[in-house]
Amino acid sequence: MKQDITLKREGQFLAFLKPLVGKFTPNFQRMDIMGSLKKTVITIFSVLVFLGLWHLGSKALYNKEANFKIEKALNEQGAVAAEAERACIASGDSSCQPNTLPSPLQVWASLQSLIADHKVITADKAAFVEKMSERNAQLIAQGKDAIVYTGRASFVDIVLTSIKTVFAGFLLALLIAVPIGIVIGLSPSLRSAFNWFIQIFKPVSPVVWYLLVFMIVKTLYIGDSSDNAFVISFISVGLCAMWATLVNTAMGVSTVDKDYINVAKVLKLGTFQKIFKVILPSSLPLIFTGLRITLSVAWMVLIAIELLAQSQGLGLFVWEEFQNGANDSNSKIIVAMFVIGIIGFLLDRLMLAIQNMVSFNKNESV
Amino acid sequence: MSTENTLETGTVQNGIFYSSQVMLDLAKLKKVYPTPKGDYVVLEDLDLQIMKEEFVTIIGHSGCGKTTMLSMIAGLNPISGGNIAVLGNPVKGPGPDRGVIFQSPSLMPWMTALENVLLGVNQVFKHATKTQRKDIAKYYLHKVGLEGAFDKKAIELSQGMQQRVGIARAFAIKPKVLLLDEPFGMLDSLTRGELQDILIEIWNKEKITAVMITHDVDEAIFLADRVVMMTSGPRAKIGDILNIDFERPRTRKSVLEHDDYYSYRKHLIDFLEH
Repeated sequence: MKQDITLKREGQFLAFLKPLVGKFTPNFQRMDIMGSLKKTVITIFSVLVFLGLWHLGSKALYNKEANFKIEKALNEQGAVAAEAERACIASGDSSCQPNTLPSPLQVWASLQSLIADHKVITADKAAFVEKMSERNAQLIAQGKDAIVYTGRASFVDIVLTSIKTVFAGFLLALLIAVPIGIVIGLSPSLRSAFNWFIQIFKPVSPVVWYLLVFMIVKTLYIGDSSDNAFVISFISVGLCAMWATLVNTAMGVSTVDKDYINVAKVLKLGTFQKIFKVILPSSLPLIFTGLRITLSVAWMVLIAIELLAQSQGLGLFVWEEFQNGANDSNSKIIVAMFVIGIIGFLLDRLMLAIQNMVSFNKNESV
Repeated sequence: MSTENTLETGTVQNGIFYSSQVMLDLAKLKKVYPTPKGDYVVLEDLDLQIMKEEFVTIIGHSGCGKTTMLSMIAGLNPISGGNIAVLGNPVKGPGPDRGVIFQSPSLMPWMTALENVLLGVNQVFKHATKTQRKDIAKYYLHKVGLEGAFDKKAIELSQGMQQRVGIARAFAIKPKVLLLDEPFGMLDSLTRGELQDILIEIWNKEKITAVMITHDVDEAIFLADRVVMMTSGPRAKIGDILNIDFERPRTRKSVLEHDDYYSYRKHLIDFLEH
């Protein structure tokens, strides 16, 4: 998105210069290409440096743990055991590998194994559906519930669950915070009535919000055996994340430029027109800033909340891998970390694109 | 304050009929701002009558209360004492019968030039059809020289062009009184000259009673039938009034070459320097 905008801008810049510089235009274009080439090279270089440092760091940690293991064997069991330990580590046997920060290559391998696993599970699921189709048709004909696939979720399913939870939470935050923000922004007395409430509940930790939502939802779902982990986690995410939007909306609405309000007064615009033609458009940039913060907070608290709520998302995945302690668990956690980061970044770009589409002052960066 | 006794009287000067119907009447006007150290009196005992179809400029030092006075006429600032009446009706709050051109263009940046003008037109001409309203807005944008920029967003226009839209917006609602609060103060002198010409050209056609605040002595003389000089605050009032007897329509050249121009100018500068 950002790249698009800068390119367009450079295009306009050139169009403006063309009549002035005439025959030099090709040179300008070449400089332009050189500029973006340089940017790309710098980015690639910094990625390589990062991977290199990571590799060296993980190697150092690996050696430290391996040396400790060998030394321990030497001290406790003698030279033969130490030599056996050394051989075991060198052979790559999974039973004696140091369990530390994985190297970039290990993480890459884990990503591929997760994708392969996803393919296996998808095929398995398709086969199951195929096999059960006749039986399920019979069950439905008899008015009974069909048998569904209950095998473990693949990594892709887990990511999709997380994204679904974040969007549901974000939507909830939007539906609560924007209307309330507008109302308390318009009325100073309502603002002071709500102020203590906002100030007290804004800093509350995601974990506590989860517990609160759990108390309430558990009772609402009482006697219902269906899984409420998703409901609990998206409501908690929404409640944690809505504060930025609430505060920003209220601020945007209450601090509309006095000039605009004076114009509305001179023209004697009605209340409805004043709100929809003047106040809301002028506070849109702040509302969107709030929504962007909300979305990034939602994505950030999601991990902790999914973990607590046992919802089949990335949070639970990370925690289970950590508890699991298998040989490739650590590298799977790092894969999850990158996936979380990249999705968070993409979500933010998405919000920025929507913001630039609907609001009058464009801010492409940050 | 009644309008009947002043109706249909007038004088003929330089072959032009000047109506003497009082359009705007400020009587014993007072403005007080309460401060922790006691009341601060900005304006006191300010009397001014402005005739129909008259262009009055108000000049005075910064902070003397010119803008306060104008926003009180607009109804945006409450009156502490005295009276303001438009055609005999006391002012109670803002309304489109008093159009305002603000110091900053104050356009809605998310609307196009046309939408900005339509915002007012839709409000005033509620019974007109959509096309008629659009035609009115387009007519005035055309008058200020923006026929090519109807659909440009206000934020994409230069300061000078934004203020042109501001002028179009104010004239398009056909106010009884036009209030101009240093509308060209933040423009460079070339643009300012252009906009003065545009303003006076439309005004010659519409003859809307106008009150304009300015810091610029030449601008005050070029545009006005009368220049009102305000004393410095606190307790500012009218210090002196100068009649400008140039014929209309005026051109910059004819005004500058007029025999009386420099004596008017001297009069104003002498007042401001004391």
